[in-house]
Amino acid sequence: MRPFIKHTGIAAPLLRDNIDTDQIIPSREMKTVSKTGLKEGLFAGQRYLSGREINPEFVLNRPPYTSATIIISGKNFGCGSSREHAVWALKDFGIRAVIAESFGEIFYNNCTRNGILAAQMNGAQIEKLGDTVTIDLPNQSIDGQPFDIPAGDKATLTEGLDAIAVTLKQKAKIEAFFSKDKEKFGWKYS
Amino acid sequence: MAKTLFDKLWDAHCVLAEADGNSLIAIDRVFLHERTGSVALESIIDSGHKPRDPKTVFATMDHIVSNQAGRGRDEARTPGGDVFITATRDAAKKTGINLIDVLDADQGIVHVISPELGIAQPGLTLVCPDSHTCSQGALGALAWGIGSTDAEHAIVTGTLRLKKPPQMRITVTGQLGANATAKDLALHIIAQYGAAGAKRCAVEYAGGAVEALSIEARLTLCNMAVEFAAFTAIIAPDKKTSEYLKGRRFAPTGSAWQQALQDWKNLFTEDDAEFDYDYVIKAEDVRPTVTWGTSPAQAVTITGKVPNDADEAALSYMGLSTGDVLIEQAIGGAFIGSCTNSRLSDLRAAAKVLDGRKVKAGITAICVPGSMSVRRAAEDEGLDEIFRNAGFQWGAAGCAFCFYAGGETFAPGTRVISSTNRNFEGRQGPNVRTHLASPAIVAASAIAGHICDPASL
Repeated sequence: MRPFIKHTGIAAPLLRDNIDTDQIIPSREMKTVSKTGLKEGLFAGQRYLSGREINPEFVLNRPPYTSATIIISGKNFGCGSSREHAVWALKDFGIRAVIAESFGEIFYNNCTRNGILAAQMNGAQIEKLGDTVTIDLPNQSIDGQPFDIPAGDKATLTEGLDAIAVTLKQKAKIEAFFSKDKEKFGWKYS
Repeated sequence: MAKTLFDKLWDAHCVLAEADGNSLIAIDRVFLHERTGSVALESIIDSGHKPRDPKTVFATMDHIVSNQAGRGRDEARTPGGDVFITATRDAAKKTGINLIDVLDADQGIVHVISPELGIAQPGLTLVCPDSHTCSQGALGALAWGIGSTDAEHAIVTGTLRLKKPPQMRITVTGQLGANATAKDLALHIIAQYGAAGAKRCAVEYAGGAVEALSIEARLTLCNMAVEFAAFTAIIAPDKKTSEYLKGRRFAPTGSAWQQALQDWKNLFTEDDAEFDYDYVIKAEDVRPTVTWGTSPAQAVTITGKVPNDADEAALSYMGLSTGDVLIEQAIGGAFIGSCTNSRLSDLRAAAKVLDGRKVKAGITAICVPGSMSVRRAAEDEGLDEIFRNAGFQWGAAGCAFCFYAGGETFAPGTRVISSTNRNFEGRQGPNVRTHLASPAIVAASAIAGHICDPASL
C-alpha cells in the first residue's frame, strides 16, 4: 500500500452533512468484480446530466477542482452502505485524503485500509481551509492546524502496512487463542 | 468492575491488545454476499491466501439477483450483474466456504437467513461486508458491518484489528402502543438523536419494551442502528432467543446445545456497569412514523407535518415544502421488503391491512419476501393470495427494490412508500422519492393512494 506521509493538493469543498456512499458511487456504477477502474462512477449522480453529459455545476467538474486530491466535507461523510467501492472510486480518481467533521465508521476503516487519510476536524477548523491544502500526517497537522488520529491508523498509513501480513506475524497467538476457545466454548465449533 | 454485555463479548474474543490502542478480535463467523463478497474472495485467491477455517464462512446471493419467480440460476435484476453471481459461486467453490446459491431452498437476504439458519447465535462474533450486519445483534451476537478488505482479513486470519468503540445504552421503558412497531421505534430513536447520533458506539437496546419485542421485531430495531452511525447494536439474549434458535440448521445440537444454553445465561449487562452514553426512551411516546426527507433522521409521526427548519436540499429533492402534511402526499409506488421488514411477521402485518382491499389504480405495489423460506411460509398461510388479490406483485427473495443497481425500478420522480432503511437521494432509483415506514403503513398507503395511517382506513 502506498504510504501517506505529507501531501499538498487541491481540496474540493463538498460542504454538506451525511454524504452517503450511494452518492459517492451509485450501485449501478459498480460494474466489475474488481477494486480498480471505478473513477468514472465517482459521484455519478451529480457529476453527469442525463446522457452522461458533464454537469458544469458540480464541484469536481469545475477547475481547479477537476484535479482535486483532497475532499472537504461536513458531518457523517461516507455514511450508509459498506461498499468499499466508494473508497476505490475516490482512490481511482486520485483522492489521497478526505477531511470532514465526522465519518461513517465502515467508510473510515475502508479509507485506512486503502491508504487514504480520513482526517477529522471541527467545523471552525474546516472553514479556514482554502483551495490548496497541505497535510503533514507524522506531525498531525493540516495547514498548521492540529488533528487527532488513532495511533494504529496513523502507523498503517505512514508505513503503508499490509494488514493481513502484519496480523499473520501473530499466527501462533491466534491459533493458541482458538485452541483454548474450543475447549471452553465447544458449542461454537460443533 | 461491572461489565456490560458488550464488554463480555469483547473480552471473550480479545486475542491480544496492541500498544497503539487496537485489539485483535477473534471472528467466529463471516458472511458474504455477491455484491461485496465476490471481490473479497477473488482477492484472497489472487493473493495466494486461504480461508483460515472455511466452514465458518458463508456466502449468499441476495443483492442483485432477479426477484422474478422462476428466475434462472445466473439471472440478475441489473444489467451485467450476472458476473457478480458467477464470480461468487466460482470463488466459493475454490475456497471451500459454505454457499447458499440462488436456487437453494434457503436462499435469501443475508440478515434474514443468518438468523433463520441459526448461523447468528448469542455470544458469537460475526462480520459481513454489509452495513446492516448490525441487525444480527438482535440475537445477542456481536455482529457488525465491515468493508471488503476487512472481510479478506477476517477470513484469512480469523481476526479483525480494531479499537474498542465507546458504548451507549438505550433503555426503552413501558410498552409500545398497539399501533407502534419496532420500525416506528427505530425511526423515532434516529429522529431524536440524529443521523450521526450514536457516535460510532456499540449500542445496547434494553428495557421492558425491547424485551417484549419478538426476535423478528428485534432484528428490525437493530437493523437501523447503522442509520444513526452506530458501530453496531446488541440485545441481551433471553428465552425467546434460545427458543427461536433451537433446531435451526446451523444451531448447536445435543450436549453442545445444553452447553450453549448455559453460556448464554452469562450474556447480560451487570447492574452497576457504566456506559459512555445512557439514554432512556418512553415507549408510550412512539407513534407510527414516516420520513419526509433524504436521511432516516428526517422523520415525523404520520399525522405530522414537514418541520419548519427542514433542510432545503432535502425538500427540493423530495418535492415538499415546510408545513406540508405527510398524509396528504399522493404516492406512485409501494414496496414491502428488505433486511429491515421482510420477515413473516412483517408480511402478516401488511396482509392484515390488505385483506379484502385493492391497491389504488396507478400505483406500482411490490412485495419481495426476505427469504425463500419466508416466502414458502407466507404461501402456506395464504398471504401471497392476499397480496396478489390486492394488486401487489409477489417476488422471489432478495434485496430487490431497496437500492437501485440499474434495471427495473420506480420511474424518476415517483413518490414511494417503502419498508426499507434508506431514503437517500437516488437510493431506489434516479430521482425516486422514498418515504420510510412500517409494512402496515406501506400497505395502508398503497390502498389509500397517499401516505396513510392504517388506523384511519
